[in-house]
Amino acid sequence: MLGRRLAQARVTSRPFLRVPRAIRETLGSAGLILILACLFAPPWVAAAEAGLDAVLPQLTERSFKVKEQAVSDIAASGDPRAAELLKALLAGDLTSRKADDRIVLAERVGKGYRLTDALSGEDLGDVDRRGVKRITINNRMRVAIRAAIATLTLASPDPEKRRAAAAEMIGRDDADTVAAMRAQLVQEADAEVRELLTIGIAIAELGDADSAVRLRAIDALGGSLYPQARNVLTALLDDEPEAEVRAAAKQALDDIDALIAVNRAAETLFFGLSLGSVLVLAAIGLAITFGVMGVINMAHGELIMLGAYTTYLVQLALPEWVDWSLLIAVPAAFIVSGLFGIAIERGVIRFLYGRPLETLLATFGISLILQQLVRTVISAQNVVVENPSWMSGSLQVNPVLALTYNRLYILIFALLVFFALLVVLKRTPLGLQVRAVSQNRAMARAMGVRSARVDALTFGLGAGIAGVAGVALSQLTNVGPNMGQAYIIDSFMVVVFGGVGNLWGTLVGGLTLGVANKVMEPWTGAVLAKILVLVFIILFIQRRPRGLFPQRGRAAEG
Amino acid sequence: MRALDQLREAMRPDRQWSFMYSQLDLDLDLSHGQILYLEDISVSFDGFKAINSLNFYVDVGELRCVIGPNGAGKTTMMDIITGKTRPDTGTAFFGQRIDLLQLNEAEIAQAGIGRKFQKPTVFEHHSVDENLELAMAGDKRVLPTLFARLSSAQRERIDEVLETIGLAARRDRPAGALSHGQKQWLEIGMLLMQNPHLLLVDEPAAGMTHQEMDRTAELLRSLAGRHSVVVVEHDMDFVRSIARRVTVLHQGSVLAEGSMDEVQNDPRVIEVYLGE
Amino acid sequence: MALLRPLRGDTGGQIMFGVLALAMVLVPVLNLAVPEGNPLHLSTFTVTLLGKYLTYALLAVAVDLVWGYMGILSLGHGAFFALGGYAMGMYLMRQIGDRGVYGDPILPDFMVFLNWKELPWFWHGMDMFWLAALMVVLVPGLLAFVFGALAFRSRVTGVYLSIMTQALTYALMLAFFRNEMGFGGNNGLTDFKDILGFDLQADGTRVALFLASALALALGYLACRWIVTSRLGRVMVAIRDSEARVRFIGYRVEYVKLAVFTFSAMLAGIAGALYVPQVGIINPGELSPLNSIELVIWVAIGGRATLYGAVIGALVVNYGKSVFTGILPEAWLFVLGGLFVLVTLFLPRGIAGIAAMLRRRPAGEGTA
Repeated sequence: MLGRRLAQARVTSRPFLRVPRAIRETLGSAGLILILACLFAPPWVAAAEAGLDAVLPQLTERSFKVKEQAVSDIAASGDPRAAELLKALLAGDLTSRKADDRIVLAERVGKGYRLTDALSGEDLGDVDRRGVKRITINNRMRVAIRAAIATLTLASPDPEKRRAAAAEMIGRDDADTVAAMRAQLVQEADAEVRELLTIGIAIAELGDADSAVRLRAIDALGGSLYPQARNVLTALLDDEPEAEVRAAAKQALDDIDALIAVNRAAETLFFGLSLGSVLVLAAIGLAITFGVMGVINMAHGELIMLGAYTTYLVQLALPEWVDWSLLIAVPAAFIVSGLFGIAIERGVIRFLYGRPLETLLATFGISLILQQLVRTVISAQNVVVENPSWMSGSLQVNPVLALTYNRLYILIFALLVFFALLVVLKRTPLGLQVRAVSQNRAMARAMGVRSARVDALTFGLGAGIAGVAGVALSQLTNVGPNMGQAYIIDSFMVVVFGGVGNLWGTLVGGLTLGVANKVMEPWTGAVLAKILVLVFIILFIQRRPRGLFPQRGRAAEG
Repeated sequence: MRALDQLREAMRPDRQWSFMYSQLDLDLDLSHGQILYLEDISVSFDGFKAINSLNFYVDVGELRCVIGPNGAGKTTMMDIITGKTRPDTGTAFFGQRIDLLQLNEAEIAQAGIGRKFQKPTVFEHHSVDENLELAMAGDKRVLPTLFARLSSAQRERIDEVLETIGLAARRDRPAGALSHGQKQWLEIGMLLMQNPHLLLVDEPAAGMTHQEMDRTAELLRSLAGRHSVVVVEHDMDFVRSIARRVTVLHQGSVLAEGSMDEVQNDPRVIEVYLGE
Repeated sequence: MALLRPLRGDTGGQIMFGVLALAMVLVPVLNLAVPEGNPLHLSTFTVTLLGKYLTYALLAVAVDLVWGYMGILSLGHGAFFALGGYAMGMYLMRQIGDRGVYGDPILPDFMVFLNWKELPWFWHGMDMFWLAALMVVLVPGLLAFVFGALAFRSRVTGVYLSIMTQALTYALMLAFFRNEMGFGGNNGLTDFKDILGFDLQADGTRVALFLASALALALGYLACRWIVTSRLGRVMVAIRDSEARVRFIGYRVEYVKLAVFTFSAMLAGIAGALYVPQVGIINPGELSPLNSIELVIWVAIGGRATLYGAVIGALVVNYGKSVFTGILPEAWLFVLGGLFVLVTLFLPRGIAGIAAMLRRRPAGEGTA
């Protein structure tokens, strides 16, 4: 992973050594033989070890040239520990003990270091900060070390390491590297490593004198999403003498650009769906209370906020268990927000049925109270909610498309919640009662449905979902007492747009608005995109006052 | 017998002679003698066909009764005429030229169709007097309404109507404080104030005593001629006391039409209605 | 006098007018004539505070007109208030001239800071008072007209409409926070020096602004009262109670709503324009949805559909806010939130309702 990132970081690297081909090939073959020999000749190891022993002390020299030579000697030694040593050197963990100039690995412990012998791994005890002397390296050395590490790991049994090494090598066209790549390609089984090696070789071949070779290389690079491929082709367009090759390069570039555009669109779609899924999560609780009960709950944002704070408190209570915190927080937040919801319904809202405007005002008052409650009891500042480790990182679909895990999981989570809710409303007895009460309260009561209880439970359900949404949101945004306010208007927009009382409408509406927002962003910027979406909805409501999927039967009048 | 019928026909109170036509809107073209045309009207709600190819015509100055079982579509028909519901198919004309399907409720009211609703929908917070003032015919645009003052002629008219509906003593009471029957009267009063060419009266007799019903019947009969009146009712005695022509609606279309006797003896009607 | 005729029958309004008239005499005297140190002296700070309250009262009256009498719960009236304020703010910014930090005679400081070379088109002419005054009324009015035309014609009512007004003010707030809009971004417009040549810090100017606010409130109140006691007012109340029925008697409900809503927005704009010179700043925070909702509660507490109730509510709540944020700032939001809940549950008629109950006469129904 790191290797690939590093390789991508060195974006516009043109081949910097235009050594004549013949010399390159000779050196390459020599290096190849050497490497192969080292790999397949264990008897050499002992000699190599003796070699390493001799080479390592060179690292304590002041001269960078000497140290560079030492690095390449280490790399060429064939010793299996060479790669690790070089990595340690790169990371700055390889130092020398001042007392006897012995090369050691230094691990930071308190104010000093714990030392282990670099070669044998023998524990040498602790020493204070002044007991070691750093082995300084400069940038040139860094580059060489990385290259050496890559070459060494290219043949590693671990495909991940090979991938990283191959990615590291892309863009370098020195003979050693190319030869190593070619050699590895022959025996490589892993498809991705093959591709990387092919690209690396092709990029190198772009500098070949023979135009046929160059054409072949362009062909190999066609459709590759690696930025190095694109850069090299672009550079080629400037320098290339032959028209045919230029045309081929241009074509290849166009193909690549088209592919990149597709991937960008996919990325925008992903972000849009992710934003949409957040909106859906936030709005779905509101869809229930507003749509099914006709109640406007301005405290909805605060119920979301309470869910986020529940996550914070769970993490506070169980600091060792961050990875599990979300699993605990989801039901906890559901219960906490649900209870608050039931309390609000029983305490305030049930006295205001049939008066939607008053309900709006009263629940707004409750939202103020909840906000101030959190400020007073916990803190007025934002609190830190950590992401569990399994939420970090991203899924690298291809070199230009990375889907971050947290968004991916939240997208899936939102869909799960939605379908769970659908099942609850369509299949459970409670759901049946809820729908009955919402359509014809008097009739439902006549049939024995305890409408007061149903009201409280429905509201509690909507509130609970809001709490769960808060858990998800805590992973994406800052958690503070005001966070609910940002979502209340958006949630209403989603519900109103999608069609009051219709869960599917909320889903479609939310996802659509999220995607629309993200699609507009590159042109308008985030703020203006939001404004435009709001204006659009205001206009949309004029045309279709009941939203995308109007509810049949009793609608939320008022 | 025929001569007697003809005489009866000539002498009936709502018979319209052309010299009796009141001052009419230029827009409202009654040259053909018909004030309302509903042709091939159909409307369905969620798959239920409330009105099914309805044809309904009202002559100028007529007093027509519409009867039918529950769910026959009587109120829906009124909704369509007054613009509250739009039909899926069909045409609806007020006079020769005014297309009702192109107008909204307020425009239709301004054009000269007034409606009294099934459930009294008076303005509860306003006094009886104010209710009548609001309903009063006149320029109902925003600015004229802002600057409007009651002229003495208008005051007299209100007084007149108050007498007719019997609420003169309660003119300053809020309408919400009236009894159900009194609210019905107020609704009728509001309708009178509107002075429409066509009155649609939905169940005027509901909740009324016999005396009140008599007064209502008398009122409606007196209105016919200068106005055209369509009455929807269930109470057969009441219908008999006012009706010349009766239309029976059933399942969204006209089942039978004719005089009260004809309709009552029509086998189809008997079947549907089971007698009274 | 004929001007005061709308007050007939409005005991609450008459009392309010009496108090206002008294204030208009006492306040200048107690501030300008009575020397400092005298216990009766009214500090300039208090004068400005009272003036601010009066502009809030006018705003509340505007809201009561559309909410109490027509049933339109506008949760975005703060936007009209702020737009009027911004118009005045633009005029005041232009008046600074070269006395700003950067000394540019034409460009306000924040534009110089942003490296702008010239005034945006909408700033031109705003150094002329008459144009600014016109904008104070036109801009909110136009916004209200357009919004209303769209909303009322499609018969959006009730909570939908309220949410739309919230969205409107929210969108405006987001827009005004951006520096590119040319209204000072999140800092807004401030550092005003003088108005119509009079130094804004001077006692005399402050008193004059107070008097102007009182006058505006008085005239605005009379205008609203006149509307409400006319037949149009009765139509408004009918719309509030039974909108569909009003259509059936021939009134174009959309036009009535549009006209009154636009008028209310213009009143709010005027209130905003008087507010800004007194507090010395206008920023996008005034456009926040919270502000608009808060002002609805002023009306609810005072007693809607009474007009004078709106004035009472605005004064009482804002006074309470000043007191609380001075003593127990933490508690203010609890109190405010609690007020929302209590008033809607237990006091639907507000303070005016209490007063009416004490006098044993129904009030707040909108009848003349």
